[in-house]
Amino acid sequence: MTQLALVIDLNVCVGCHACVTSCKEWNTSGSAGPMTDLNPYGKDPTGTFFNRVQTFEVGEFPNTETVHFPKSCLHCEDPPCVPVCPTGASYKRKEDGIVLVDYDKCIGCKYCSWACPYGVREFDEDQKVMKKCTLCVDRIYDARLPEADRKPACVKACPPGARLFGDIHDPDSVVSRAIREEGGYPLMPEWGTHPSNHYLPRRKTRIRIHEDELVRADNPLRVDRQQPGPSKAEPTMDDFSW
Amino acid sequence: MHPAFSVIFLTTLIGAGQGLFLALFTAQTYAAFDLLPAQTGPGFYGPGSLLALAFLAAGLLASFFHLGRPERAWRAATQWRTSWLSREVIVLPAFMGTVFLYGLAHWLDWRPVLLVLPSGLPVDPTAVLGVAGTVLAFLLFVCTGMVYACLRFLREWHTPLTVINFVLLGGASGFTLAAGLAAVAAPALVPFFAGWAAIITFLGLVGRGASLWRNRRLRPGSTVQSAIGVKHPRIVQRSQGFMGGSFNTREFFHGRTGAWLKGVKWGFLLAAFVVPTLLLGAGTAGGVGGALFVFIVQYAGLIAERWYFFAEANHPQNLYYRSMA
Repeated sequence: MTQLALVIDLNVCVGCHACVTSCKEWNTSGSAGPMTDLNPYGKDPTGTFFNRVQTFEVGEFPNTETVHFPKSCLHCEDPPCVPVCPTGASYKRKEDGIVLVDYDKCIGCKYCSWACPYGVREFDEDQKVMKKCTLCVDRIYDARLPEADRKPACVKACPPGARLFGDIHDPDSVVSRAIREEGGYPLMPEWGTHPSNHYLPRRKTRIRIHEDELVRADNPLRVDRQQPGPSKAEPTMDDFSW
Repeated sequence: MHPAFSVIFLTTLIGAGQGLFLALFTAQTYAAFDLLPAQTGPGFYGPGSLLALAFLAAGLLASFFHLGRPERAWRAATQWRTSWLSREVIVLPAFMGTVFLYGLAHWLDWRPVLLVLPSGLPVDPTAVLGVAGTVLAFLLFVCTGMVYACLRFLREWHTPLTVINFVLLGGASGFTLAAGLAAVAAPALVPFFAGWAAIITFLGLVGRGASLWRNRRLRPGSTVQSAIGVKHPRIVQRSQGFMGGSFNTREFFHGRTGAWLKGVKWGFLLAAFVVPTLLLGAGTAGGVGGALFVFIVQYAGLIAERWYFFAEANHPQNLYYRSMA
């Protein structure tokens, strides 16, 4: 079985919103569109997006860290939004695990959005149906595109390459490897939705050194005190070895 | 959650309709056992069923205003295997049809004895339809309640109290309505309906009070830490990713102050429960005007109660929309 998903590296994301605009551009003109904007140049602009980038500040000034957090449908393995749909418009594809909405069946009751703990479904005020990330299903299988372009628009757009795309059920895929080896985690695991999309944490490389590892305690030259070693402030032999 | 008036009217109107039907059939059952004077002729149960049907139809009409695409509403009956909303969509018309037939059988006084129970009690079509309607009325209460109670991360709703309160509050308003109807068409039944209305209203106060008490003690199931997966006690949102509003900021926030919420809470506790129980106990429902007054006060209270029911539910997605920037 295949479960396509995104892996988003929060250590790499710079919060540039390129994935947001690329997603909107591709999908508003594609089969999942239009993603209508209402009042775009007015006082209260609003619109439909499949992907948003939010920013959180972690810690207290001055020890703060800025975390940019891209947020889109997680294509849960056990999606709570699908069984509640009264019409069957919301469904999860068996062949690749993508959660989709059939716009022709949706009655716009918004119940699925209530049933999603992540708030990633957005109601289109123009078409009056529920919309959500499709993982660019109209793009990733398009044989007319070069192989390298058969990826979601957000993945292709990300300038620092924070977004990975692949099959998380294939243990050797780039996404499975990233989750396994770089600490990938799901959002709100407490609800048992088993999100397919994973996030890679912020990472800092630190080496843990114990105090007595810095000075050799059993240095024989220090034991009999006959030939003391150079102090740490003086140049050592290493500084002159060339 | 943002309380939608379409759903508020749907749930309160069909609740009253269901309660009224249950009141009518309870009275008929009591009469069958000679515990109440029997109401012969088309004068009481027929108009009563029509009134119940009117409430149910008004509720159904209100529900259409919640839909973005009402012309496709028929599709909502297809997923009854998994969706409580779909089950509600099936049970509501089935119940309405049964109420219609029940009222029609009474109106036409079509009461041939179908069989006689061992105790000597004759069973006629109105009894059969009444039992079927009672089952469907309770089934509809369960479906309506479970639409909300099944959403496990909306923890204020995810409790059996949600279903119990839908039954009690619908029953209370229905019996109050029945007292008003009886004041017009069958004065002998007024004390019976008013008495039960007072009892069910009091039970509703206990049930709703229990859910308010429970919800005050709820701990949030998710935190901003689990929402973004960062382990730190102090996380502040600096940007939502947009400057204006979005579906997420409109649909899941009631946008009212804490004082407003508190006012609505005490308002509905008084109007839906305390005042009706006192008025019913004091015999205000004896006259038509008095009974109508009690029902209007209680129904207004129930609208406030349902508004509060939605507003008090805290959706975990709100963790992603904690501050605007």
